[in-house]
Amino acid sequence: MQDEEKYQKLKDIIKIYLPEDVAITDIEKDSHLMNNLNINSANLVDIVLDVEDAFDIRLENDDMDQMQTVNDAMAIIDAKLKEK
Amino acid sequence: MNRRVVITGLGVCAPNGVGLTDFTQSLLDGKSGIRHQPNLEKLGFGCQVAGEPLVKDNLIDNYFTPLERRGLNATGIVYGVIAGVDAWKDAGLEKNTSNEPFWDRGIIFGTGILGVDKFREAIHLIDEGSVRRLGSTSVIQTMASGISAYLGGLLGCGNQVTTNSAACTTGTEGIIMAYERISQGKAEIMLTGSCSDSGPYVWGGFDAMRILPRGYNDNPTKASRPMSATASGFIPGSGAGALVLESLESAQKRGVHIYAEVLGGEINSGGQMGEGSMTAPNSIAVQRCIRNAVSNAGVQLTDVDVINGHLTATAKDGLEIENWSKSLERKGEDFPYVNSFKGAVGHCLAAAGSIESVATVLQFKEKVVFKNVNCEDIHPEITSLISETRVPRETLSYAPRVIAKASFGFGDVNACVIFKAYLEE
Repeated sequence: MQDEEKYQKLKDIIKIYLPEDVAITDIEKDSHLMNNLNINSANLVDIVLDVEDAFDIRLENDDMDQMQTVNDAMAIIDAKLKEK
Repeated sequence: MNRRVVITGLGVCAPNGVGLTDFTQSLLDGKSGIRHQPNLEKLGFGCQVAGEPLVKDNLIDNYFTPLERRGLNATGIVYGVIAGVDAWKDAGLEKNTSNEPFWDRGIIFGTGILGVDKFREAIHLIDEGSVRRLGSTSVIQTMASGISAYLGGLLGCGNQVTTNSAACTTGTEGIIMAYERISQGKAEIMLTGSCSDSGPYVWGGFDAMRILPRGYNDNPTKASRPMSATASGFIPGSGAGALVLESLESAQKRGVHIYAEVLGGEINSGGQMGEGSMTAPNSIAVQRCIRNAVSNAGVQLTDVDVINGHLTATAKDGLEIENWSKSLERKGEDFPYVNSFKGAVGHCLAAAGSIESVATVLQFKEKVVFKNVNCEDIHPEITSLISETRVPRETLSYAPRVIAKASFGFGDVNACVIFKAYLEE
């Protein structure tokens, strides 16, 4: 899977959790999920579950704690895909 | 402090109509919302008919964001939000778009059990060892107060936001609780109502108690027969009803339509003593509840001209009429008009009191007494106490003045509220 394809897939997951005042175009690679995109912290667990389903991987608690920005998420997904 | 309280908004999501227009028309015509339920047949239920609101998918989109809809598996929340938001709008109120909560507006929205399908989903995941897969909404969809919490967030209310639960009296109890809060000056506007989930996991326990009719699986609209000689048990239902209660002062200041005045009521319990038990009412308590409701309302026993009973279509309907007759000290032709909407909607359990109260209050607006369905053959126990003319079998053109509405529930609990026609002064 190409990086761009992965990024698109991740954006599609994230967009549903954006509050009304944040647009899809506001998502950047270095966006912080909670601080920049204003995603409700309770929804981070839902994003993790969606990522697991979309990429057929499993994230552990440590991975979840490290997943602060879009880039973090990309890196974790990459690492997990390589392990497979 | 003892302020006057009025009703300024109504909303409903009922088996025979979603929204006030359809619901009102169904009540005028006696149209039934009780249907055959294929899933109950598949699961081998004795009673395979039930009352369930028909909520279209695109209607849900008007009330929930795509994010809120994800993993939403709690019918009670869907019904409650539709009824609650509709009542709010009907009262001419807006969602809170400011940065400050509406401190003088609150919510008392009851339920019996919430999000049972969501809970079932969670139980399966947990038993598989996949608790981590529950997601973030398992708690908020299954906590009893999930419904008041959803509405509280949608509307931005900053006064008391809570959920009451008292079995089948829940909805009626909530109206009295909201009335008291406004009357005492602790709030200006209270959204009150109740909801009940649909489905086999809510209704199964009643089927197991063998108190539901088993002979109407091919004839659902005839199954629920309050006050009839051929009544054979209640038909389970689901849905939600909601009312906006408001201080008269606030309603006048806003210049909004007033459906009726709430004069007060009474809530009590028979202590499961005497003939009372977990599942049967203590008549002494029922009579006391009705009498105290009338006296708390500051009206005379003779002022009540319409009754909306609990009247579930079990063998106890005759006893309920006897209790009304004794407490109001009225019988024969002198008895008020009496109706039960359960013939058309079934027994909507925790939602019953609020759905039926919405219907009761609509009678002031429509200047009618809605018809009783499926009681062409009134039970002789009832006709030995009151005249047949008091049980309208066709919708009656009549402007009610004072209506008493009661609900009774498991745990031997009772609630009776008194509504009065509001006349511009």
